[in-house]
Amino acid sequence: MERTRRNILKLFGITALGVGAKPVLNAFAQEQGHPAEPEVRRGEKALTAKQWAMVIDTRQFHSAHDLEPIIEACHLAHNVPAFENKDHEIKWIWETEYQHAFPNKTTRFLNESVEHRPFLVLCNHCENPPCCRVCPTKATFKRESDGIVLMDFHRCIGCRFCMVGCPYGSRSFNFRDPRPGIAEQNDQFPTRMKGVVEKCNFCAERLAVGELPYCVKASKGAIKFGDLYDPESEVRQLLKENYTIRRKQALGTEPAVYYIV
Amino acid sequence: MLEFAFKGSKKYYGWMTGLLVLIGIGFLVYLKQLDVGLGITGMSRDVSWGFYIANFTFLVGVAAGGVMVVLPYYLHDYKAFGRITILGEFLAIASVVMCVTFILVDLGQPMRIFNVFLYLSPRSVLFWDTVVLNGYLFLNLIIGWNVLEAERNGVHYQSWLKPLIYLSIPWAVSIHTVTAYLYCGVPGRGFWLTAILAPRFLSSAFAAGPALLILLCMVVRKMTDFDPGKEQIQSLAKIVAYAICVNVFFFICEVFVAFYSQIPEHTDHLTYLFAGLHGHNLLVPWMWASLILMGIGIVLLVNPITRKNESVLIVACIAVFLGTWIDKGLGMISGGFVPNPLHEINEYWPTIPEALVALGIWAMGFLILTVLFKMAIGVKEEVRA
Repeated sequence: MERTRRNILKLFGITALGVGAKPVLNAFAQEQGHPAEPEVRRGEKALTAKQWAMVIDTRQFHSAHDLEPIIEACHLAHNVPAFENKDHEIKWIWETEYQHAFPNKTTRFLNESVEHRPFLVLCNHCENPPCCRVCPTKATFKRESDGIVLMDFHRCIGCRFCMVGCPYGSRSFNFRDPRPGIAEQNDQFPTRMKGVVEKCNFCAERLAVGELPYCVKASKGAIKFGDLYDPESEVRQLLKENYTIRRKQALGTEPAVYYIV
Repeated sequence: MLEFAFKGSKKYYGWMTGLLVLIGIGFLVYLKQLDVGLGITGMSRDVSWGFYIANFTFLVGVAAGGVMVVLPYYLHDYKAFGRITILGEFLAIASVVMCVTFILVDLGQPMRIFNVFLYLSPRSVLFWDTVVLNGYLFLNLIIGWNVLEAERNGVHYQSWLKPLIYLSIPWAVSIHTVTAYLYCGVPGRGFWLTAILAPRFLSSAFAAGPALLILLCMVVRKMTDFDPGKEQIQSLAKIVAYAICVNVFFFICEVFVAFYSQIPEHTDHLTYLFAGLHGHNLLVPWMWASLILMGIGIVLLVNPITRKNESVLIVACIAVFLGTWIDKGLGMISGGFVPNPLHEINEYWPTIPEALVALGIWAMGFLILTVLFKMAIGVKEEVRA
């Protein structure tokens, strides 16, 4: 188009028309006074908290056998694949020993029962999560409504900075397509694709429909779940009555998973 | 000016074809990686960054090293470097392009890269790294191109370039500082959690970048009629000498803090790298080789007799370049991941596909570098004639 005075005036005219039409279009978009923006409403049965927290009573676990159903419940429901290659392993919740769960709290002569006890480790849903701080796209974020550290699998670019930032090794990366590694697919939860990071989500999808996390349910009472900032909650009662420890407390990440040892 | 890149000897075309073949191989392997996933690399759940990010880190240093010819010329009016500033700037361009490509191939979902701009996250150091790296690339492109064109036309470069040139000096420091902040700002990784990491990165950068530039000057002198100059090469050699001494000094500071305090979280990684931990010692020979190479570099560069002998200087520069590359390219990144946060040991070694992709990127960098140098030297030869 030639850049004549007439054409430029035309352009101004069209622009003015567009600007003028905006409120009209907005009015059409609004229905009976509701704002046009979509709104996410909470389910009627949804469980809510200021900061979800977990207390694991490790005294109730004696062997790896006790943890198996808990890990399986989580991994089955969340379509976590199983791969032979350890390097490509995906794990949301897994078993380890005291010295690995608490590498800076070991002592040379450890209490025998603690030494042989299996420990569950998972994402700590830190109150001050370094993984969210380092993410360059906010694909992993701390949900303001209840403090859960969540992942947006569709936004993640797979840079793995969050895996570097997490001081607990709680994050896994899909080094390959995870779907062939899933034996039985749960259609109620999304599968992931190669090239994105994933981790425990404190069963946000279950809390939304009023259910407690799978691991809590499968633990036969050894894992309690509740609001850290509700003085009446079960977790707060347990924290009041028992001496608990958290993983790498000195780092200031404020983990929301507490252990009774 | 690009026309200079198309006029060359048989040797020149042979070199370019060789590079294109390597780029092609790297690209094909990368297509495989896109299809299968990053599982074709040696990276794992525990060592989640590997060869790609290590090479990226090293090359940020080479890019920043270019400032060592820009600064003396523009800030101290050291006239001799006027002949080679353009080479430093063009080396920076080629290095930054390699850096950006290394980041791209390291992404699990590269087609989502624009999410970084769509969801700006100023709290993420990676976001800032994107900003400073692209900024540095554009600064050097604009400055290099315009100064060279002015030289060709026999006029002084445009006055508006001056502030950009001044800006490019602290900007060079910023790219390697921000890159160090990627590592030293995360909690629970004892090896990187040190305030001296950024200075350490810069010292190794100011050794590796100018060392490579000296080698390139030698190649240019041999292959073309343009002589970068004896004085210029000697001044660069002194810069390398100081920088490599400072780099080793910083490393000694790290070793002292870790081993005198004897805090396991800090000693473990160094022990793993230089002596092996619980029988895992894949990197031990490499790390010692790196130290020995840097030591050789210091001896040959500090002593004026060896430094002034140009054939010895070549050996010294190769030693410094290789030594700093092993230090950053193999030790710095995987050393920080071993042992992992649960104090388990899972070692890392790059796979052949991973190495081929990396080689392709290096070849691409050298292709760009060759084209840019060809242009710069073409202009210089033309002006002289």
